[in-house]
Amino acid sequence: MILKGKVALITGTRSGIGKAIAERFAEEGAIVYANAREDNSIDSWAKAISRDFKTKVIPSYFDVTDHSTAKKKVLDIKKEQGQLDILVNNAGIVSYELLAMTSLEKLREMFEVNVVGMIHLMQIASRLMSRQKSGSIINISSIVGVQGVKGQLSYSATKGAVNALTKSAAKELASSNIRVNAIAPGMVETDRFKKVFEEKFSSRIEDIGMGRLAKPKEIANTCIFLGSNLSEYVSGQIIGVDGCTNF
Amino acid sequence: MENIKKYNKIFTAVFNVNETDLNGDFSITSVDNWDSITQLTLVSELEDEFDIMLDTQDILEFQSYEEGKKIVKKYNIEL
Repeated sequence: MILKGKVALITGTRSGIGKAIAERFAEEGAIVYANAREDNSIDSWAKAISRDFKTKVIPSYFDVTDHSTAKKKVLDIKKEQGQLDILVNNAGIVSYELLAMTSLEKLREMFEVNVVGMIHLMQIASRLMSRQKSGSIINISSIVGVQGVKGQLSYSATKGAVNALTKSAAKELASSNIRVNAIAPGMVETDRFKKVFEEKFSSRIEDIGMGRLAKPKEIANTCIFLGSNLSEYVSGQIIGVDGCTNF
Repeated sequence: MENIKKYNKIFTAVFNVNETDLNGDFSITSVDNWDSITQLTLVSELEDEFDIMLDTQDILEFQSYEEGKKIVKKYNIEL
């Protein structure tokens, strides 16, 4: 139980990668504040996971773009647990469009969620962590933020920003013993992506060296490493978990 | 200790000044060692002392002794 005694806030846990991260964190003994936007949407799952792994998985309902509620929820964690050790910024939105078809309104919305919401949570969490003189912030990026990809300009732009802000924040927070890293998954077999993949991108399987999509749990396992003391000297890194994908 | 005493004590410690130096002119423009680092340290000490957390906008506007009082009062701390 590598995360026993640690308190984590994970955003976007209703499905996919976020859900897998929350489950693995619980399995490793962390107290997990699992965020989702819609009230009561993860209550029964959180109860079941808490029971299965004999820990606390506590739903925390807020929209990452609602900064005042987000701040209140983070402070609630501090009040209830006295500490916040790990922040996993996973909440995000994704779209698929060519440059000429990119709606600027949707682009701004995507930046608001994927970048501004992330930075705001990092601001609050890092201020709590700096008082503790310890903490780990994990930002979920994407391979497209590193390599770029045809047909996903907006999303890749936001994830490129995530990579840059991760490196800058790591430099700024290192003296407070706060680590900041990002994980850049390749194509992941979430329910949502599986459908898109089968409809639009099945030929892309050839781009993956290992010849298969990633399991959400494989992303979560890297999160466990970055959240745990095993990575206590690792910061400012963008870790690809992509089965050797090359677009 | 009264809250105003706690508030002043943090200022004197962060800026290494006497309490008598704290007045309406004590601000980022008049204090040599008031920079972004000391401003963050000041805010962090006040947050710890009064168990509050300032919004980012309030941190940015916390640029004088008097302005700081107004900001802290917004968080229901009587000075």
